[in-house]
This record gives sequence, structure tokens and C-alpha cells, in this order.
Amino acid sequence: MSEHAHKTPFIRKYIFSTDHKVIGIQFLMMSLFFMIIGGLLAMMVRWQLGFPEKAMPLGTLFPDKLMPEGHMGPEFYNAVFTMHASIMIFLVIIPILAGAFGNFLVPLMIGARDMAYPKLNMLSFWVAVPGGLLMASSFFTDTGAAATGWTAYPPLSAVADYTGVTAGQSMWIGAVLIVGTASIMGAVNYITTIINMRAPGMHLFRMPLTIWALFITAILQLLATPVLASVMGMLLFDRTLGTHFFAPVGGGQVLMFQHMFWFYSHPAVYIMILPAMGFVSDILATFSRKPIFGYKAMAFSIMGIAGLGFIVWGHHMFQSGMNPLLGTTFMASTMVIAVPSAIKTFNWLGTIWRGSIRFTPAMLNALAFVSTFIVGGLSGIFMASTPVDMFIHDTYFIVAHIHYVLFGGSLFGVFAAINYWYPKMFGRMMNEAVNTVHFILTFIFFNLTFFPMHMLGMAGHMRRIADPTAYDFLKPLQPLNEFITINALILGAVQVLFAGNFIISLFAGKKAERNPWHANSLEWVAPSPPPHGNFETIPTVYHGPYEFSVPGVVEDYLPQDRPAPGGAPSHTPSLSTARA
Amino acid sequence: MMQDAPLFPEQASTIASQIDNLFFFALGIAAFFSILIALLIVYLGVRYRRRHAAQTGEAPPHGSKAQTVLEITWSVIPFLILMVMFIWGVKIYFTAARPPADAIQFYVVGKQWMWKIQHPEGRREINEMHVPVGRPIKLLMTSEDVIHSFFVPAFRIKQDVLPGRYTTMWFQADKVGTYHLFCSQYCGAEHAKMGGWVVVMEPHEYQAWLAGEKSGQAEFMTGAELFAARACNTCHRPDTSARAPILTGLFGRQVGLQDGRRVAADEAYIRESIIEPQAKIVSGYQPIMPTFKGQLTEEDVIELINYIKGLKAPEGVAR
Ligand code: HEC
Ligand code: HEM
Ligand SMILES: [Cu+2]
Ligand SMILES: [Cu+2]
Repeated sequence: MSEHAHKTPFIRKYIFSTDHKVIGIQFLMMSLFFMIIGGLLAMMVRWQLGFPEKAMPLGTLFPDKLMPEGHMGPEFYNAVFTMHASIMIFLVIIPILAGAFGNFLVPLMIGARDMAYPKLNMLSFWVAVPGGLLMASSFFTDTGAAATGWTAYPPLSAVADYTGVTAGQSMWIGAVLIVGTASIMGAVNYITTIINMRAPGMHLFRMPLTIWALFITAILQLLATPVLASVMGMLLFDRTLGTHFFAPVGGGQVLMFQHMFWFYSHPAVYIMILPAMGFVSDILATFSRKPIFGYKAMAFSIMGIAGLGFIVWGHHMFQSGMNPLLGTTFMASTMVIAVPSAIKTFNWLGTIWRGSIRFTPAMLNALAFVSTFIVGGLSGIFMASTPVDMFIHDTYFIVAHIHYVLFGGSLFGVFAAINYWYPKMFGRMMNEAVNTVHFILTFIFFNLTFFPMHMLGMAGHMRRIADPTAYDFLKPLQPLNEFITINALILGAVQVLFAGNFIISLFAGKKAERNPWHANSLEWVAPSPPPHGNFETIPTVYHGPYEFSVPGVVEDYLPQDRPAPGGAPSHTPSLSTARA
Repeated sequence: MMQDAPLFPEQASTIASQIDNLFFFALGIAAFFSILIALLIVYLGVRYRRRHAAQTGEAPPHGSKAQTVLEITWSVIPFLILMVMFIWGVKIYFTAARPPADAIQFYVVGKQWMWKIQHPEGRREINEMHVPVGRPIKLLMTSEDVIHSFFVPAFRIKQDVLPGRYTTMWFQADKVGTYHLFCSQYCGAEHAKMGGWVVVMEPHEYQAWLAGEKSGQAEFMTGAELFAARACNTCHRPDTSARAPILTGLFGRQVGLQDGRRVAADEAYIRESIIEPQAKIVSGYQPIMPTFKGQLTEEDVIELINYIKGLKAPEGVAR
């Protein structure tokens, strides 16, 4: 296998490769690249909110039309916050979780040589790239980038006159359609691969929770993304062909867009968190040297969250003018969806309980995930209560919620995952000290940046406003806005540590062993980095992936491809199932 | 530095304190659980940190009953708390959704980037809304262009304002004062500046204000004037229903339609009859009424509705 790989020309090996690992790394690089852009946009948003009357540093580098004398006008601000969110959601979090880690991990962790459809997999990446570039390049059009918020509610998004943005908005819609198509291609691949290509002995309930999470996520993507595609298609027709799907002048329904959009986008928020939950489960178990607490409950709660995720979309529309009876049912389903989230949180605590905990950077980020995700989940409950939501909807409380789940949750999950799987991806170790410092600073400044946003929201500070000093009412809150901005700038700056470590370790990192963390799942059976085809021989699976500290086993771990020594007393259901 | 920052806006409506109570209940729950979990992570992290290289984890014995009991506990307790919040929430939600029968009806039209207010007596305002204290006020709202949202933090109320549709909301201010009014749904370039004030006055002051000078009022046609100017009265006559239905006493009545359905003649129905006359044909008539879509502003339509609402059948005259 590997000699064969040597003969492949560069372009087939690194650019148009069908190897799932290369594609995964390509998705990783693409998402990290867009994360830098999205992050810089966030810094611009924060500068404007903290210091609306001061010229932005380096602001004069922008064309005068956008930033006269370094000051951001409302039109440009609106484009910037819209593109920040759109890039972070569609080009960073979704592709990094499903695209990068999904691709890299699925075949390795189930013991397959590649994806079921390697060509489709390659296509999925090469469709996503132009989608991303299309979205980003809309900044350079005459009337600027999309400026409707990432939710793009019509009529604002349907009629160019309302925002003054012509080509940019249509490019945005086109880009969302394209990256949506890419993620459907990926989803088909993951589902087929996980169903058909598991190594011998890899029963469904012996799969690592990462795989469970990626599997359920792929199902969500497959079912929900087509709805996004159709609603974006209709919006594009309204803009360009003169249809009136969402225009009241032609008998269209403005609310139909919101229903369809959230029918996709609520499941999408789980697309953005479930994989991270999977990573965190595996990382917590590995570094606590303990089986995951309640493996089956964890797997079923992923399914429960995903299933319920399809019937809660209306909680984004409590104030849109919906019948209170309908609102009540959405309120009930949203309350119920918090239960499986609670189960997962407590099971994570149960996992570290009585463990032997090693505080690697991966572990620290995973623990941060648990503690910040819970804050995001709990703020969700405020918004699920319709009367409370009547007050805090469309305020900074929502912004705080979003960031506690997406930064505090998904992104800490991503940091944990990069720390954990980097040795497998690149065959080298990252510098742990640097990443520990990065973690500590990120955790502190993340909380200092986003926690006060809850307070802004409680004070009635609306979201998506270009100038918080426009109102007397919000003026006294300006010191808090400045405080947030300063912390946000530091938070942004701290990421240089991680980026630097990531790049330098590629060349100068210590060479990684096969199994540096002494973990059990199959990717650690393969060499680091795994060659084309992954495994020397396809492993046979004897038990679940969480056999840590099994009494009677010499080491404190027992890889999935190694049978339990005869007579060793088992302590987890998965091990006993294996022997039964 | 933050002394005068209102970390929580004052409560100036009857529903505000109810919503705040639920809010603080949720805050208590949230604070309890997030602190509990943060402390547990720190405690477990310190207590079970690896002290020497050979230390292993100790797993609970296989199939331990304790594990099942724990898992049930931490599913059931959150569930029960959530159900309390649900029932509590529903109660307030329904109060907020159902305006009392005696509410005074105001009209609101949102437009990039201003709020236009019409009083039932015909007085109009822009970005200001004068209301009497202690009286339930119902707002019937629509938009000329994109979606806006009517938000008064001190009243704790918020409702999106949609083009092509009426949405409603009600409140009862219980404190005289001047309160900020925002648009909270992002609506384009100057969204941040779309707002104004709600001025809550003693009822007699409000009456005086209504009667007071109308300086600064732009010229506009009242409903009666529009009804004549737009030639509605050529078909809709008070004395004969030969060409078109008599509109006297229409509001609030049940109307029989050609297709056999019966619908209540509320504001939305009358608006639709004017903008989209073909959508619902009154039984016994020909669909000859022209559409006024694009010819009348939402404010004009509201004037007409208000005028038609005022056409009451004189006492004792059967129709
Ligand atoms: C060419 C004649 C004509 C004109 C002009 C006209 N209407 Fe009508 N209108 C009708 C007819 C016929 C109907 C009943 C059939 C239908 O429902 O379309 C009707 C129905 C209505 C109804 C529903 C009545 C009910 O009993 O349910 C309302 C309200 C109404 N018109 C208001 C107006 C207003 C306001 C104007 C002026 C802006 C107007 N109409 C102009 C012919 C006309
Ligand atoms: C217990 C779990 C959760 C509950 C009960 C919950 C509830 C809600 C509710 C009710 C809203 C609408 C609020 C409003 O607009 O007024 C909302 C918004 C949002 N939620 Fe959650 N949520 C939960 C978890 C998550 C997770 C895990 C994510 C993502 C990973 C997420 C991402 C978002 C986003 C992005 C929005 C804002 C969308 C927008 O308007 O731009 N939520 N959530
Ligand atoms: Cu949601
Ligand atoms: Cu607005």
C-alpha cells in the first residue's frame, strides 16, 4: 500500500486526493483558514461596539467607501456581522466537525481502509472550496457582502432595495446552496461507510461515541440540509426571477421562510455540537483512564437530541406572530430536549469520578467544554420559556447563548480534538506547555468576553445594532461593551499561540508513537500518520472502546483489537457483551 | 463605573413583574446548576488527579445498581424542574397573548426606519406613542416593507411586525413615565436607530394631550375622506346593497362566503377585502371589486378599517 502511495504524483496525493485522511486534513486547513477570517471580522464587530466613535486601528487600510477615515458605517458593520456569523457557521464549525474530523476519523475508528465513496468524498471538498470562496469574495463586489444577518429573513433578503446589497446577497445564497450540497455528499458517505464498512466485530454498540455522534450528525445533515437548499433556492428565485414565495405583494408568506429556515437550522445547531460531544466523551474517558459512564445512555441521548431536534424549530419564532397554542407545543418540546443534554453532562462527570486524571491540553479543553456547554444549555432554558423569551429574544442574551454553545461548546471541543488527534494526523506531537497556556488564557478571556453579554441582554440591549450609543438607555452600558471588546481582542490575540504551535509542530514536533495517549479505539492501532489504506491488516474488534483500568489486565488500557486475557473480570457491559 | 447602568430595566407594565419572577426563578436554577457543575469538575479534577504514573482509574463494579439509580436521578430531577417552568411559563404566555376585551386599540405601522402610531381617535404620531396609564392597550401592527419588531424593555414585551399581515400585542402600563421603544428585529442599514419613546400619562392628561394642538402633524386623509376619494362609495352605499355589500355594522359580524364558509369580519379580513378582494367573495355578489394593492399605504388601509369599524347600525334598525 505505502509503496504505491509513494508513486502517486503530488497533485493526486495532496490536492485531488481520494484518501479520506488527506481530505479530512484539507477540510481542517480550509476551516482554520476561514476561522482566521471569521475571527478578524469578529474583532471588527467588537471594535465598533466598544468604541463606535474611535477610528479602528488599521481601519484606514480599507477603502474609503467602507470605512471613511477608519470609521465603520452602519452598512459595512451590517455586512461584517453577517459575514462573521455566516463564515463561522457554514465555513468553520460545520466543515471542521463533520468535514475534517468526520473524514479523518470515521474510517480509522471503525477499522476501514477508506470511505465507501472516495471520489464523492473528494468532490465534496472541491465543491465546498468554491462555495467558501464565493461567499468570502462577495466583500469585493460593488455593493458589498450580504447584510441581512446569517438568518437572511425576507423581505429584507429578498428585495435588493431594502439593504442596498445586490450581487453580494445572491452570492451568499449561492454559497450556502453550494456548501449545503457538499455537506450532503459528505453525509451520504459517512452513513454508508459506518453502516457497511465496520471491521469484523465492530458491533454498533462497540463504536466509540465519536462515531455515534458523527453517524447521527450525518443523518441530521442528510434530512435537514435539503430543506435549507430548497428555501435558499426559493429565495434566490425571489431575488432574481421575480417569484413571490416570500413576498407579500405577490401573495407570498414571509413566515414560511422562517419555518423552513429553522427546520434546517435548529437541527443544524446539533450538527454543530453533537460531534464535539462525541470527541469530548472519548477524550474524557481516555484521560481519566475510566470507561465512559453510561455508554448506552450516552448513545441513546445523542439519538434523542437528534430526534427531538426536529420538533423544536419554532422556539426561534415565538415572537414572529405564531398562535400561542403552537408556541406552547414548541415550548414543551424545547424543555424536553434539555433532558438528554443534562444526562450527558452528568455522565461526563460520572466518567471522571474516581478516575486517574491526566491534565493534558486535550483533557483541559474537554473539561472546559463540559462547564461552558452547561451554561449555554441553561441559558437555552430561559429562552425556551416563551414569556421570558418575549423579553430576551433578539437581545445580547441570545448572543451569549450562541457563543456559550458554539465557542464554549463546539470550539473547545475542536481544540480538544486537535490536541488529541494531531499526533495521528501529522505524526508529530504538539507542544503541550504552549497549548496549556493557550487553553488557560482562552478559557479566561472567553468567559470575560461572553459572560457579560448575558447582562447586556438582561438590560435590554438588542443584538445586531451598529451603534449602541445611539440610545440614552444603552449609554450607561457602554463601559461593559468596552470591557467586552478589550477581552475579545485579547481572546483573539491569544489564538496566535495555538496557530503558531500548530504550524511549528508540523515540522519540529516530537515524532508521535502509534498510541501516545494509550487509548483503545482503532485509529491508535494504525501507524501515526496512517499510510494510504490505514491498517497493515484490518483489525478484529473484541470489545468496546472504553476498557480502561480493567482489573486483571497489566496495562491500564485494552485496545479494541486485543482480546481480554482469559478470566479477567470485566466491569463494563461492552466487555461482557463481547464475551457473551 | 457602572453605577447608573440599569442592569435590569424598570418594571412599568402589569406583566413585567410576572415575567421577571419567572426569569429570576430560571436564573436561580441556572446559577445553581452551573456553579454545581463547575465545582464538581474542580473537585473531581483535584481529588482524582493522577498522582503517580502507575495509578489507574477505579470503575464502579459492573452493572452496579448505584449507576442506574444515579442515571435515573439526574434525568428525572431536571425533567421535573423543566415541567415547573413549562406550566408557569404557559400561564404567563396565555395572559400575554390574550388582550382583555376592553383594551383600547392602537395601530402601529413599521417602516424602514420609523414607527408610525395611530390612535383610535385618529391622532397620529411618529416614533412616539402617548398612552394612558392603567388602561389595557392593544396594538394592531403591520409593516410597509421588511420585518420589524416592537420592543419596550420596561414593559417586557416584544412582537414582530410583519408585512402583509397583522400581528397583535397588548400591555397595560402601570407607571407614568417615558420609556424607550426599540425595533429589535434587524431591518437594514439604520436598524440601530429605529426607535422612540412610549409616553405613559395620567388619563386626564392623555385626554388633554389628544385634544391639544396637532402641530407637526403631517396632512393625511381620514378614513371617511379616503372612502370617498377612492370611490369606495360608488359601490358600497349605505342605502342599497345592489352592487356591493352594505358595510354598516360589518365589523365583528360573521360573513357568509360564496364557497359556503363563514368568517369573522375582523381587521385582517377587512384588510384582505381591500388588498386582495378576490381571496374571499361575499356570497351573493360578483367579484367586481378592484384590488387596491399598491395604491394604498398600510396607514391608509388602517384609516379605512377604522372608518368601517365606526359604521355602526343605528340602535333598533335591523339589517
Ligand atoms: C366596483 C365596486 C366596488 C368598489 C369600487 C369597492 N368595492 Fe368593496 N366590494 C365590492 C363587492 C362586489 C364586494 C363583495 C364581493 C367581494 O367580497 O369581493 C365588496 C366587498 C367589500 C368588503 C367585504 C364586505 C363584507 O360584507 O364582507 C369590504 C370591507 C370592502 N368591499 C371594502 C371596500 C373599500 C374600503 C373600498 C374602497 C377602497 C371598496 N370596497 C371599493 C365592490 C366594490
Ligand atoms: C439545552 C439545549 C438548548 C436549548 C433549550 C436551546 C434553546 C434555544 C432557544 C429557545 C433559542 C431561540 C432564542 C431566541 O431567538 O429568542 C435558541 C437560539 C439559538 N441556539 Fe440554542 N438551545 C440549546 C442548545 C443549543 C446548542 C447546543 C446550540 C449550538 C451548538 C445552540 C445554538 C443556538 C443558536 C445559534 C441560536 C440563535 C440563532 C439566531 O437567532 O441567530 N443552542 N436556542
Ligand atoms: Cu433552536
Ligand atoms: Cu429594526
